[in-house]
Amino acid sequence: MKILVTVKEIAEVEDDFEIDGLGIDEAYLEYDLNEWDDYAVEEAVQIAEAGDDVEVVSVTIGPERSEETIRMALAKGADRAIRVWDDAFEDVQLLDVAAKTRLFAAVVEQEQPDLVLTGVQASDDGFGATGVSVADEVGFEWAAVVNKLELDADSGVANVRRELEGGVEELTEVDLPAVFTIQTGINDPRYASLRGIRQAQRKEIAPMGLAELGLDASALDSPIELTGMSEPESESDATIFEGDAEGAAAQLAEILREKGVGAQ
Amino acid sequence: MTVLAVADHRRGDLRDVSYELVTAGRQVADATGGDLHVAVISGDIDGFAENLNLAGVDTVHTVENGEEFNHDVYAGAVEALYADVEPTVLLMPNSVNGLDYAPAVANALDLPLVSDAVDFDYDDGLTATREMYGSKVETTVDVDAERVAVTIRGGEWPAAVDAGDAEISAFDYSPDGELGSRVLGFEEVAGGDVDITDADVLVSVGRGIEEEENLELVEELADALGATLSSSRPIVDAGWLPPNRQVGQSGKVVTPDVYLAVGISGAVQHVAGMKGSDTIVAINTDPNAPIFDIADYGIVGDLFDVVPALIEQFS
Repeated sequence: MKILVTVKEIAEVEDDFEIDGLGIDEAYLEYDLNEWDDYAVEEAVQIAEAGDDVEVVSVTIGPERSEETIRMALAKGADRAIRVWDDAFEDVQLLDVAAKTRLFAAVVEQEQPDLVLTGVQASDDGFGATGVSVADEVGFEWAAVVNKLELDADSGVANVRRELEGGVEELTEVDLPAVFTIQTGINDPRYASLRGIRQAQRKEIAPMGLAELGLDASALDSPIELTGMSEPESESDATIFEGDAEGAAAQLAEILREKGVGAQ
Repeated sequence: MTVLAVADHRRGDLRDVSYELVTAGRQVADATGGDLHVAVISGDIDGFAENLNLAGVDTVHTVENGEEFNHDVYAGAVEALYADVEPTVLLMPNSVNGLDYAPAVANALDLPLVSDAVDFDYDDGLTATREMYGSKVETTVDVDAERVAVTIRGGEWPAAVDAGDAEISAFDYSPDGELGSRVLGFEEVAGGDVDITDADVLVSVGRGIEEEENLELVEELADALGATLSSSRPIVDAGWLPPNRQVGQSGKVVTPDVYLAVGISGAVQHVAGMKGSDTIVAINTDPNAPIFDIADYGIVGDLFDVVPALIEQFS
């Protein structure tokens, strides 16, 4: 069995930052593995550890810098990795859902996995759509926002729980092969061990350009263009208690008492 | 131009976002003097159609097929309706069910997809407002295409309430062959002895608490205030508190007299669960944290300094 896990190196913005045109100055960005993808990697690795002959392949779209992030997936137990990049990406302003779908669908065609796991969304652009879109493109079944996954490979189905709003879960049976978008909390992602990190250095990260995926630069075309970026205006009309912790706490305590808090 | 909006429902009730979709749909239809069509698929379609017959809606399409949401049915039905109605803008909810069919529909119909829109405008094409980086940044995107699929974030448009005189039209759709996924049932998340929706005062803890052992500090504060302890999602994901303590979109919706958010930044999913609290108090180190936008009172400071000082005040 082969599991393909898509991962993304996301940019996190510091508390204080400056917008420069249509982007944020590099000085205010930190890069990390997308939180949802961390759970997807863990789910794949746990399936591999529980079964015989399961290969976990991690795939990302990103520049060379993102190898640091994808190595986290390798250190946590993925067997090998693919990094999709090409000079043509340098000119791309926004990689939309359709473009990512074309790229990942091409990887699925090449790798022929039995299962694809993705995070529900990426914490930077937050489209929340790539996994299901890829499923449609490659003709796999799917389920979005999965917080429990049980495979029954013999019967060719997976039993999943989808986390709906308001503390309700949906129990669904899904035919395999399938794409599942993984919700946080489905498992407890491991820390990469020192041994894992050492082993990850020796694992393969195969670079893959557009031509190797059977695509050309038109695969990156997007009718969606980023035209503005700003900090949301604060709508705060909160009364902020100033001073040191003791002083601020004393003022807050007074208000809370007025509201009847703490009255026994 | 025509707008087609797809309603959301679960276990016999239309969800709030369905009424918000009518407002959003009318907004974009008005920009060009177009028609608004609403689709409702599966469940009590006649009852739903009655509720969706709202001012500004021209046609409600009903698709009879099973009781509950199934993404294969939804995707197929929306694609068939799209071919029939030929809308310029296809609106769907960015709900958990929307996440489960909208991207497939957009891909199948070869439509650009703008997901999780919080506002939009239409003038020769759609311009949408989206948030990035956990709501720290607001972006606008222009769509250079004749037709577009958009999912909207719940709670961003007011719900449509006025009755209308829409045409109700039954749309005949049956999926081809067997469905690739089957919904077997629903379950409430594990309960427990504490019902946070009953509490008058909630002390709610978030990621800012850093370590599980630090929870003790916030428990101590809850005890001192006579409050019940709740949390945002990361605390439950980490297994530090059980799921029945989670406040938010995927947790419980709470409306206490006082909600004290400790080390909670105020992600939109969390705010959805607690914005109805009478008085909201936030303690956070980041003065720009979105929680301060909805707070009535706040302290910008380190919870590890402020919480002990507050406990001191009540001991």
